[in-house]
Order: sequence, then C-alpha cells, then structure tokens
Amino acid sequence: MAEYPLTAKAEPSGFRKFIRADRTQRALLIISFMFVPLALLLMFTYIPFGKMVQFSFYNRNYLSEGTFVGIQNYIEVFKRDDIFGSLIVSVYYMGGAVVQLVLALFFASLMVFKVKGEGIYKACMFFPYLICGIAVGFIFKFFYARGFVLDSILQFFGMELENIPYWLQDQKINNIALAATSVWRYMGQNMVMFLGAMMSVDSDLYEAAELDGANRWQQFRYIIMPSIRTIIVLNLILSISGSLSAFEPPYVITNGTMGTGTYFVIMNRLAHENQKVGLACAMAIVLLVIIILCTVAQKIFFKYFFKDNEEDAIMKEEDRRRRQQLKERKKAARAARKAAKEAAR
Amino acid sequence: MAVTSQAVQAKNDLRIGDKIFTFLKYFLLILFSAIALIPVSVCVLTAFKTTEEYNTTNVLTPPENWLNFDNFVTAFERANMLRGFLNTGIALVFVLLFSILISSMLAYVLNRFRFPGSGLIHNLFMFASLIPGIATQVTVYQIMFSLGLINHLYGYILVLCGTDIISIYIFLQFFENLPRALDESAILDGCTYFGVFFKILLPLLKPAIVTSCLLKGVSVYNEYYMSNLYLQSSDLKTISVALYTFTGPYGNQYNYICAGVIITIIPILILFLFFQKEVYSGMAAGAVKG
Repeated sequence: MAEYPLTAKAEPSGFRKFIRADRTQRALLIISFMFVPLALLLMFTYIPFGKMVQFSFYNRNYLSEGTFVGIQNYIEVFKRDDIFGSLIVSVYYMGGAVVQLVLALFFASLMVFKVKGEGIYKACMFFPYLICGIAVGFIFKFFYARGFVLDSILQFFGMELENIPYWLQDQKINNIALAATSVWRYMGQNMVMFLGAMMSVDSDLYEAAELDGANRWQQFRYIIMPSIRTIIVLNLILSISGSLSAFEPPYVITNGTMGTGTYFVIMNRLAHENQKVGLACAMAIVLLVIIILCTVAQKIFFKYFFKDNEEDAIMKEEDRRRRQQLKERKKAARAARKAAKEAAR
Repeated sequence: MAVTSQAVQAKNDLRIGDKIFTFLKYFLLILFSAIALIPVSVCVLTAFKTTEEYNTTNVLTPPENWLNFDNFVTAFERANMLRGFLNTGIALVFVLLFSILISSMLAYVLNRFRFPGSGLIHNLFMFASLIPGIATQVTVYQIMFSLGLINHLYGYILVLCGTDIISIYIFLQFFENLPRALDESAILDGCTYFGVFFKILLPLLKPAIVTSCLLKGVSVYNEYYMSNLYLQSSDLKTISVALYTFTGPYGNQYNYICAGVIITIIPILILFLFFQKEVYSGMAAGAVKG
C-alpha cells in the first residue's frame, strides 16, 4: 500500500529521472535510515542471542572453544543449588512486586481525587526510581546495617536491640529486607504510571458519578479500575521477569551471600568470576524462555479475558470513527489537490 | 421527629466518616512520603559528619556542622569522581545525540512506509525490548572483544546506542499522532523524503525528543553493568563504577560512602526538579508499551 501519492512529474530522462523517481527515493531513504539501527540491533541483540544458544550447549570459558556437552548445562541449571536457590529468592521479589502494585494502586487512586500538596507526595515517592542502582545499594546497606538507621529508628520507638533481628544476616528475613528495597525503588514509578492512566479518564465521569451518589469504593470499582486494568495485568506479568532480573541492590548489599543471590547475581558470578560461560548462557536462555512464556500468557490473557468488555467496545468504536474521519479527510485533501492541479493547468 | 433525627444522625456519621477518611488519607500520604525520604535523608545527615562524630553519635542525630564538606571532598577525590563525571558526561552527550537521531529515523521509516519486511523489522525491535540487558552481555562481551571495542569510550557508547528500544518506542508513538497530510503536502511542494524528515518532522518531534532524552539520559547516567564490563581501565570509569569502588577499602566508612552517594544523586535531583512534568509524562508514555 502506497502511503504517499505517486508524484510522477515530467522530468528529463536517464539517470536524473531514475534518481528523482519516487520509488528510488523511497528505497534510498528506507535503506539509509534503517542501516545503522538494524546493524546495531543485529550486532548487540540477535547475534549475541544466537551465540548464546550455541554456547549453552558447550562447556567453555571466554577464551577456549570448549567441548560439546549437549543439554548438560540446562540440566545443571535446574540441579545446582545456587541457581535453584535464586529461583526461590525471586519469589520474594515477586511478592514484593505484588505489594508494590497494591500500594501504587492505592496511592494513585487517592491522588486522583483532590489532595492538597499532591505534587510533593508524588515527587517524594517517585524520586527513588531515579537513583542509580549502585547508590540504592549503598543507601540500604547503610540502612540495614546492625545498629544503624533502621535499628536506631526501631529503638527510638522503644524496641530493644536484642529483639531486633540482623536484617541482612538472618536468612529468614534478609530476602524480605532486600525485596523491600525494590518496593521502595519502584513503587512511585508504578504509581505515576497508574496515575497517568487514571487521568486519561474523562474527569466529567468522576463528577457525574459523585452527583449520582457513588461512594469512593464504587468510583474506584467502576471508573478507575476499568481504565487501568490493562496496565495492572501488564505490570503483574512484567514483575515476573523483573524479579528474576533484580541485580544491583543485592549485588552491592550482600553480593549474593547468605542465600540472597538473585538469578542475575548468580549468573554474573558464574559468567565473569567462575568463567562458566556455557552454564551462564544456558541460564540466560532459560530466563528468556520464561519471559517469552510470560509474554505469550499476557497476550492470551488480554485476548480471552478482556475481549468483549464494554471499554474495548468503546475503544474500537472510537477507533473506527477516527479511521473513518481520517479517510474522509484524506479524500477531501485528494479532491482539493486535484482541483488545485486542474486550476493550475 | 424520629425520622428527621435519624437522618441528621446519618448525615453526622457521614461527616465523621469523611473526616476520618481525610485524616487517614493525609496520614498515609505523609507516612509513605517520609518512608521514601528517610533512607536518603539519613545519608545526607551522615555525609556532613566528621569521622569522630560518625563513630560516636547516633545515626539519627544531625551533624554538628552543616557546612562540613570534608567528606564530600574526600569522597570526590578518593573515588576519582571527577573522571567519572567526565566520562559519563561524554558518553551521555554522544549516546543521546546518536540514539535520538537513529531511533527517530527508524521510527519515521517504520511508521510512514510499508515495504516487504517492515512488519518483521518492527517485531524484531519489539522482541528485543523483552530481553533484559544483562542476560545477553555474556556473548556481547565476546563480540566487543573480537571487535576490539573493550576499554574504549566509543565502544561503550556504541553498545548503549545498540540497546536502545525506549526511544524507538516513544518516537513510534509520536509519529502515530503526526498527521500524514503534513508529509503529503510537503511532497507535493517538491520536498524530498529526506527533506520531509529533516525539515518538517524533526522540528515537530521536540516533545518526544525531550522525553526520550530524559529517560535515556537517566538510564545512561545510572548504568553500571556494561560500563563495569567494557570500561575496565581506571581512567575510563563512569560515575556509577566510581561509586562502586566504595565497596572496597572504605567498606564501613559510611560518612564517606554517603557523601559519594549524595554527590551522584544531586545532578539527577536537579534534573528532576526542573523537568518533573516531562519525566512523569515520559513514564506514562512508557506505560502504554505492550
């Protein structure tokens, strides 16, 4: 389908004609504009991806070619205690992600209604998202260290130091403490995202609902919820890959010791410290498979659960109308151009 | 009589309920804002303390002298943060220029033209956004090594440009809302396709450029993993790698570490204060993804 009208002008023949022809121009543009990004994409995403698949069947390090070991690496991914442990650790982060979503949703729906000083709360809660992961790591290493920030605060509220657990050493709670850092970091960002989606709802709707006597819960349930359902599900699914990819804070705070190694921390250690490149590649492939499965699940979920709801129907209707308008406008423009050409003649 | 008093009672209940709700609302908002701020503000307190003060006082007590910048100076010098800022700054400028140019061009082609394979290319880019950056670095390292790009700032810049899906996504969305009639009339006026992009569309992309500069800028500034991997010599360290050096010999000198942390946060804080609205709308743009 041609997007542009073919502007065939009467031009001198030969090479100049060829260069000025619409088709040539178009091809030139497409090739020259796409060459660099495509080359980069191949070089830094798809070739490494292909190599990763290949390496995952070898027992090798960075320099040697290694030997072909079949699916041995994949078996090891599921058998090794440290890798299996990191999968368990990621469950904590997933739990954290759920808490974070609920909190974000709660605060976003508070802020949709009139709140004094909204900007300040929003900025305070959002800012942690912009701090670099290494700094977040240090901030919380300090925060959780024995006798430091958190312990002092709890002592201030009357707790005895002996009753306070070692936040980073006690294996029962250290993963909860670490997952809490990612809640701290991402909650505000989630909230801003939700708030953006809620704001896109026509504000008349809230007013109308209030006039009709809808209470806050009803407003939440029937106006806010439908507008952000898609984002919630999307975020829930993203949190699965997100919890497997948690890296910098645990890397700085505990360096994965005492049972706090997340998937990436372990992978980083295997690849760059132990030089088990084949195994690390197999880990990466397993992670990718999980992510692909999540994406497919998301697509299916949206297809079957949100299929015939009203909101979608409205959206489709709007879409249809917009397309219709566009078509008409195009037609009008074409007619106008024709008329102009005729007039010029 | 009884009925009216009941109604009044109900109304009063409602008012009390409203008051409790309002109280709870502000209480929770303030509480969570405080929770968000406390970890960072304690760092600020600690950064101003002398080593002796740090060793003897409680972490929550404010420093004696709020103008004691010694720790900042020490942290800045010991971690060689000047070099870090310089390297990050250079990388930032080139990554932003280059990646904005190539991703807007790509988005133009993908949005305005249909050609064999355009759908496939679109999907290739979208699929790439699903792959978490750290996962592929094991083999990207090999490629970088064989191309001789390790320990060069330009190699690092190239990697950061190559894994830039956010900007492409933002530009694609923006093009969607730019009417095609604009291009068409320019073509009719004798403009070439290149002219349409550079003279007409690029200036109109300004809001999208601001958004992707902010998002990309923050992610480059905060990037640790790749700079640690690809910039190993000490005079090529970026700011986050410089900060990471505090894990070593000063592992427990938190007054220095906190000063270092605060130094790295300040530029981002200033940026955030100036561009709050744009940052928020950038977040919203990212939200529609998928």
